[in-house]
Amino acid sequence: MKQLSPSRKKLVNNAVTYGIVIAAYLIIQVLNAGGMVSPSIQGQLVPICAYITMAISLNLVVGFSGELSLGHAGFMSVGAFSGVVVSLSLQEAIPSGPVRLAVAMVVGAVLAGLAGFIVGVPVLRLQGDYLAIVTLAFGEIIKNIINILYVGIDETGLRFSITNEAALGLAAGGRAILKGPMGVTTNVKLSSFTAGFILVLIALTVVLNLVNSRAGRAVMALRDNRIAAESVGIQVTKYKLMAFVTSAVLAGAAGALYAMNYSSLAAKKFDFNTSILVLVFVVLGGLGNIRGSIVAAAFLTVLPEFLRKLNLDQYRMLVYAIVLILVMLATNNETSRIFFASLRSKFLGLFKRKGGAR
Amino acid sequence: MKKYLAMLLAGAMCVSLLAGCGGSKSASSGTAASNAAASASSASASAEAGVLKIGGIGPLTGGAAVYGIATKQGAEIAVQEINAKGGLQLSLDFQDDEADAEKGVNAYNKLKGDGIQVLYGCTTTGSCVAVAAESFSDRIFQLTPSASSADVTAGKDNVFQVCFTDPNQGTTAASYIKENGLGTKVAVIYNNGDAYSTGIYNAFQAQADAIGLDVVAVETFPDDSNTDFTVQLNSAKNAGADLVFMPIYYTPASLILNQAKTMNYAPIFFGCDGMDGILDLEGFDKSLAEGLMLMTPFNAWGSDDRTVNFVKAYQDAYGSIPNQFAADGYDCMYAIYEACLKAGVTTDMSAADICEKLIATFTDSSFSVDGLTGSGMSWSTAGEVSKAPVVVKVEGGVYVTQ
Repeated sequence: MKQLSPSRKKLVNNAVTYGIVIAAYLIIQVLNAGGMVSPSIQGQLVPICAYITMAISLNLVVGFSGELSLGHAGFMSVGAFSGVVVSLSLQEAIPSGPVRLAVAMVVGAVLAGLAGFIVGVPVLRLQGDYLAIVTLAFGEIIKNIINILYVGIDETGLRFSITNEAALGLAAGGRAILKGPMGVTTNVKLSSFTAGFILVLIALTVVLNLVNSRAGRAVMALRDNRIAAESVGIQVTKYKLMAFVTSAVLAGAAGALYAMNYSSLAAKKFDFNTSILVLVFVVLGGLGNIRGSIVAAAFLTVLPEFLRKLNLDQYRMLVYAIVLILVMLATNNETSRIFFASLRSKFLGLFKRKGGAR
Repeated sequence: MKKYLAMLLAGAMCVSLLAGCGGSKSASSGTAASNAAASASSASASAEAGVLKIGGIGPLTGGAAVYGIATKQGAEIAVQEINAKGGLQLSLDFQDDEADAEKGVNAYNKLKGDGIQVLYGCTTTGSCVAVAAESFSDRIFQLTPSASSADVTAGKDNVFQVCFTDPNQGTTAASYIKENGLGTKVAVIYNNGDAYSTGIYNAFQAQADAIGLDVVAVETFPDDSNTDFTVQLNSAKNAGADLVFMPIYYTPASLILNQAKTMNYAPIFFGCDGMDGILDLEGFDKSLAEGLMLMTPFNAWGSDDRTVNFVKAYQDAYGSIPNQFAADGYDCMYAIYEACLKAGVTTDMSAADICEKLIATFTDSSFSVDGLTGSGMSWSTAGEVSKAPVVVKVEGGVYVTQ
């Protein structure tokens, strides 16, 4: 019986991840066509895709690069609001919804990447706890800036202000898009499940290819032993920044997708709690485990809505927390891990035997 | 090999179990025509036949939970009273949205899946705007007790408000202060991280400029750090303000009152409907609020029968004095109930049919509702309610209508 070579094993592993995502998409589409998906699930498909992308991108920083980032919602916020502003200001120029969504997501991704670069250059000189605190502060700064930012559009172009709506000085026929703490209240919904699915696939491709490339191995080498990696000539800042900016770009695209799914959106949404939520997806799914991130993000997004069905009323969020703790304990328990590992090896053994018999 | 076989069988059982779930789900959601017909007939034959299903949305957990819980409890009192009358029966399923747009839409989708016929909510503006866009495209009638931004109803013919809008409050407050000569120099302290507070302030400032009210100081505080207001109060004091306008919620306002007292600054404090509830705040010294003026549609110490009965029922049920959120919720239920009676809505109608009938009724000029928060409330086609704000002053620990 031939043992799979490491590269081949990785290929199979990645193929399984892609397979799960594509299969989930197809199953939902088929069920949807048959009218068997409840409105509750239907409404959550786009946020699930956005959160999956967030989890995949954060896993690149936390799991592969080994840096604890607590400001990921900040990048999502940059992508979300720039995406909305682009989409609303191009309403006349690009009548087609999907094209406008794509443009919004690209602009959101680029601006979030830019923010990631600006933050990353000073921040990635720090390590460990310091880096975590600085990213946390960055997330709050982004939130507070957007909270006082007013953006409007008239025939002369975009106008910005940080005082109030009247200070925009909009000409007749102009309209305010982003209104400080009120956020965006006149958004046009464009997101669809298919767009979300495509984004998840793109994120998967980018992250899996990066991780399995020369640069990815350099990033992981820096995580495992910084001194040893530096001693063989790996540039710390370059590779760390590469992972960080890639992660920010994907988070920006996810933010734009998320924002375009709601007709109102405020900066408050992207606070510390959202950063932690995404971090929980990553930790629950397993650091450096992309497939785990996907499953955890989908599971934890659906869970609170599923608990609504049980009519728990005020105990719903309490139950959510308890389930979260139990799942964390179960997945990080040595006994259960051995159990799952043995289960997997048995299944693999079964397949191999079948393959051998053929 | 036996082991694998056993595992395979177990797996097959799991799959069949799941398939069973899927089957029953499809039947209940009514994809097959016969199933749908069967479930519909059984539903109409059941005891719940004459119940109008109302779905409610508001924050029951998180920072804004006090407001959501108040709107829920106020509505529940009304539902009990209406159901006790006989005739049209209402049921209220109230879902938590944590004052968040995403959760609000999730809650709405859940309620839609359960087949609600009328939507009551949301409590907060951000969530309400997102949900209103959904209910507009699904054609479900929506009445909000307290989402007060003008964006909630803008461009949506199916959404109506029971509270007055933020700009309306700001404008009225400025005019009231000017007309009654309450203050010559006005300072404003508002929360520039909050939509409600900013919305009122912007309209207040515009109206003050228009009518020549002298605003000498404008101070802000952010949403997430609101414990120390000495800087803002000093600025107001140094500018010589004799009236401080505070379009904010009562929790930070209680701290402002306390800190103003310690620095011996005693202007007239003037608040809006978010200030209602300050007297019921735990651990708050009521004497600090003496002389505080606020605009609120509801006075829990009012002497009319309707208010007295409501306050008593509310206290019996929940043990606290209702604030204007609860009163708005109570009025919402009665507005829906009376509109349904007038439009001849029956419980077997679809949500879309009910929506059209209720829109026609609410915008009908002959339709008006007498409630706790105003008598003769009527609605414009834009969805805004017309009622006069009442200014009350705190005297001896209770509200006195001015």
